[in-house]
Amino acid sequence: MWRDALLVAGKDLRIERRSRVTTNQVAPFAVVVLVLFAFALDPDRGVLTRAAAGLFWVSVLFCAVLAVQRSFSVEAADGARDGLRLSGLDPAGVFLGKAGAVAAQLVVLEALLAAGVVLLYGTDLKGGVVLFATCAAATVGLAAAGTVYGVLSAGLRVRETLLPLLLLPVAAPVLLSATRAWEAALGTGGGVGGAGPWLRLLVVFAVVYVAFGVVAFGALLEEA
Amino acid sequence: MTGPPGTGSAATRVLGFSALVTLAGTVVLGLWTTPPDVVQGELVRFIYIHPPIATMGEVAFGVTALASALYLWPRTQGRRWDLLAGVSAEVGVVFAALTLVTGSLWGRPTWGVWWTWDARLTTSALLLALFLGYLALRRVPGEAHSRATRSAIGGLVAAIDVPIVHYSVNWWRTLHQGSTLFRPKPLIHGVQLEAMLLGFVAFALIYTWLVVHRYRVEDMASRMEDESFELALAERRAEADELVEVVSP
Repeated sequence: MWRDALLVAGKDLRIERRSRVTTNQVAPFAVVVLVLFAFALDPDRGVLTRAAAGLFWVSVLFCAVLAVQRSFSVEAADGARDGLRLSGLDPAGVFLGKAGAVAAQLVVLEALLAAGVVLLYGTDLKGGVVLFATCAAATVGLAAAGTVYGVLSAGLRVRETLLPLLLLPVAAPVLLSATRAWEAALGTGGGVGGAGPWLRLLVVFAVVYVAFGVVAFGALLEEA
Repeated sequence: MTGPPGTGSAATRVLGFSALVTLAGTVVLGLWTTPPDVVQGELVRFIYIHPPIATMGEVAFGVTALASALYLWPRTQGRRWDLLAGVSAEVGVVFAALTLVTGSLWGRPTWGVWWTWDARLTTSALLLALFLGYLALRRVPGEAHSRATRSAIGGLVAAIDVPIVHYSVNWWRTLHQGSTLFRPKPLIHGVQLEAMLLGFVAFALIYTWLVVHRYRVEDMASRMEDESFELALAERRAEADELVEVVSP
């Protein structure tokens, strides 16, 4: 299973490295979103700094939708999906590989967005350990839930509009928890008690959706 | 006497009649018999419809989750679970939307706002969004079995999110009044308790009535899909046979 996962993740990341969609389209999009928030909220640094955690995670969520869509539009062309199905790879491995590749791209995008938040919003990134732990747990959760919904809507003609409608409400707890955890770490949270419970919730979300994907991906790849 | 086949039967007529009677009873008890509240005045009358509607919305989504799981379980797999999951989600979306409407109407005079970012409100709104997504997924055409599997998994993904949403939002904020009924000593007694319980019965009956009818409609529609092809084929064959007879007497 793990070997298959590495194979699939390697394939997806190699495609990304060669096609440069993530670096040339999704990453600039992320920066544009950060700039748009500044327009919307009046670039008074006070407001932006206080809201930085939330804006960061909303941007991550948008990027996650794009990354998942990209991850499955790669499989839509040239019957690649049938190839994946016939390849004899363990479906759980395929799931972990695809989710892993999405997660790797999200980590890169998060680093970029964090730099953007520091530069554009004047945020001081304090509490490094909590920030990193939050990113790790939230990224795994988003990638897993996104990959499940990605394959669910992959073969459908309406996938571009369906995926955000499916994924964003499901990812709402991730946005909520990750934002609270970051606010607690950055000290902009208006007295919310600690990042601990939020981190635990993120871990639960990640574990639940990774487990669900591992179990259900076979049926999804076959039927959907 | 035999018209086109309908979705009604003796059982659903009894069910529909009981739903009407209990709903009328709830209206009479809720609007006239029960006294106004010490704190909330006349506004308390929302309690006879709002909690029952909200509860039935949640029950409906529970039924969808359960039916989805039963569809995916190989030993119980069958088209009926897929149909039940779909129609229950449809009715549930109606109840969930009504929950938000009645809640807003109640919230405006008591809290002074139509909407507030309270835990229960936010959970209900997210629940509605999750199941609107589920219905959108269901509406995508496809081969019957793969569509059903896809919907069932989509429904389960949404359903396992509900407790996570519930906890995250609860930690976030809480303003909504606690449960009036589901506690060791209910905060409501006498005729008010009776009106509220009658409300629960009424909306449970309405939910069941709607689900039964929708289920039968869906069942007929999917059977028509299966049979219409065969039927059209048979008709064309009959036409061809007639032609053959005309050409070669």
